[in-house]
Amino acid sequence: MNNLLFVVFPYIAATLAIVVTITRWRRHPFSVSALSSQLLEKRKLYWGSVSFHWGITVILLMHLVVLIIPSGIRFWNGAPVRLYLLEGTGIALAVSAGVGLGVLLYRRMTNLRVRAVTTRADMVVLAIIAVAIITGLWTAIGYRWGSFWGTAVFVPYVRSLLIFQPRPELVEALPWVIKTHVLTAFVFLVAFPFTRLVHIITVPFGYLTRPWQKVIRLSREPAVYHPSSKKLLDRIK
Amino acid sequence: MRVRAQMSMLFHLDKCIGCHTCSVACKNLWTDRKGAEYMWWNNVETRPGTGYPTGWEDQDHYKGGWKRDKDGRLKLRLHSRASGLAKLFFNPALPELDDYYEPFTFKYGDLFDSPQGDQQPTAEPVSKITWQPVEITSGPNWDDDLGGSDIYAANDPSMNGIDAAIRDQMSEIERVVFNYLPRICNHCLNPACVGACPSGAIYKRAEDGVVLVNEDKCRAWRMCVAACPYKKVYYNWSTGKSEKCILCFPRLETGQAPACAHSCVGRIRYMGVLLYDADRIADVVSMPEDQLLNAQLDMILDPWDDRVVAAAAAAGIGDDWIDAARRSPVYQFVKVWGMALPLHPEYRTAAMMFYIPPLSPVISSIEGNLTRLDLPDEREDFELLEDLDKARLPVQYLANLFSVGDEEVIRKVLRKMLAVRTYKRRQSVDGEISEATLALLKAAGTTPEEVEAIYKLTTIPTIEDRFVLPPYHREMSIETLNDPLAYKGATGFGQIEPPRRGA
Repeated sequence: MNNLLFVVFPYIAATLAIVVTITRWRRHPFSVSALSSQLLEKRKLYWGSVSFHWGITVILLMHLVVLIIPSGIRFWNGAPVRLYLLEGTGIALAVSAGVGLGVLLYRRMTNLRVRAVTTRADMVVLAIIAVAIITGLWTAIGYRWGSFWGTAVFVPYVRSLLIFQPRPELVEALPWVIKTHVLTAFVFLVAFPFTRLVHIITVPFGYLTRPWQKVIRLSREPAVYHPSSKKLLDRIK
Repeated sequence: MRVRAQMSMLFHLDKCIGCHTCSVACKNLWTDRKGAEYMWWNNVETRPGTGYPTGWEDQDHYKGGWKRDKDGRLKLRLHSRASGLAKLFFNPALPELDDYYEPFTFKYGDLFDSPQGDQQPTAEPVSKITWQPVEITSGPNWDDDLGGSDIYAANDPSMNGIDAAIRDQMSEIERVVFNYLPRICNHCLNPACVGACPSGAIYKRAEDGVVLVNEDKCRAWRMCVAACPYKKVYYNWSTGKSEKCILCFPRLETGQAPACAHSCVGRIRYMGVLLYDADRIADVVSMPEDQLLNAQLDMILDPWDDRVVAAAAAAGIGDDWIDAARRSPVYQFVKVWGMALPLHPEYRTAAMMFYIPPLSPVISSIEGNLTRLDLPDEREDFELLEDLDKARLPVQYLANLFSVGDEEVIRKVLRKMLAVRTYKRRQSVDGEISEATLALLKAAGTTPEEVEAIYKLTTIPTIEDRFVLPPYHREMSIETLNDPLAYKGATGFGQIEPPRRGA
């Protein structure tokens, strides 16, 4: 059971996330959108979207930092003040994300206009993230100083997955709350390519450097290219 | 000099009767779809009024267009690059659906299915988004013909700076005056929607200047909606993609005028090619406000000039396009006769649709019993020179719309139009032209030959005069992209995915 959940499932989830995302990106680019509903409702969205997005983005980035430089985190947590600061910030951001999510959920269920554009997939996404935030907060408060012991448990576990020498025993003995939190991450990966979550990787950092204006010229010279030829793609860029 | 061509439309406002046929033609062709019901790529507004979406000209509120900062640099009013990214999650300047209106229909089925009763059944209005009953409180033309109203006219941002006495007079019941303003996307040379799009999904086609949204690259960041000062980019709430007027490019490419222009009952619309110098755009749009309009008009090049023709050829513009530019009615009105102006040049987007400002209604009497049609020779110039400032539609109002507040520009245009009117009236009523009329023409800066030409293109143009459309050579472009035989087999629709909302 443990192997199934913490070895097989993550690999299936990751494979789906990568393969389906690429396929969707290439075959159905029209379907990739953040699907904003701000046009339909603005006030509640402000309170929901801003606190949710900033909270969840920073939290996820912090998870990533822990994964990449666990020694740095261990060093940072060397002084108790810094540990409290880190954990406090994490909890505050999670609360912000949670409250934001609550507002968004309430908005989706009560506003008639927003309900008109709500799909089952939207509710699934909100549910997954809700479970992730709740179990995450539970872990942070109930099993103190996750940023400290996490570097000894999760980091080796995730790394073992990444180098294809999985060590599920690392998470085997954890309480079910924490296990659920880990599992939601994989469920999140499964949902990612099939839902609006895919908009996460569309964050347009290119905007910081691109020219303000964009003019596209189609060549007038008659020439026949195979539709997939590289030369042709260069041309229409 | 880097020559580019622009397909441009011209609106002769003096001929617009406000029938909305253009809007309906456009709606039936392009926006009669789920998520697009509220969009009017072409709309006709009553001016003075707040327009659609309500108060779109209020850029303090909607943050549309570009501004010039203290150092003379051009900036989006909406955001800097970094703050644009920071506002992805919520964009405070974005109009809400209620700024447009909630699209509605009626439950017509009830007229047939209702059980027998004492009263006639009615068709209840329902929202086209929620399908729940709605109280209809606004629509795309809610203020139609309400030019004098103190709700709409009084809140028109272009009424700013107009004397309180004149304002009062404009809303007096027997002096109420209004004109119509049809609007489509201006297909600007410096489009703010392109500048604001974080994904880089919006672009300007080099061959004819049409500004388009690449729906496959649009990610619903919706900055374009806020950044366009004319509010002519719309967000499709169903598909989660931005949409806008495409200048009916599939029609242009097959030699037909855009649907709005083609269906125009008053025949107020003209289409033609303008050549312009793309190297100068950046300088022009960052000019100080009082030089903006002239700089923009100067950017349009003379298609008879040999240097321009050589540069155009070097830029890959074919002879047939240069020929079309020479015959362009838009070029005639804008450059040769100097009668047409862009809408709100102060937005610094270099709008490329042009407007001939409207004359006020004919004055039926002036001072005592003198009626306009019997105006004696010695008073012929009354309307032209003395009364222009007493015109029912204040010159200042038109200047706020078309010339960054410069009234002299508007006066020049109106004088020329009045000169044409007077000249043709004398010609048809008296059968001859008096010295006084000729002097009048001179005062208006025109000649009998020019007047005849203006009259001909204004009043009795044929469809070929109004729409001078260059050949697009689409078959050649298709060959660069597709195998012609495969393309033919797919009748041009081979790659299109139905526009379904993504999960």
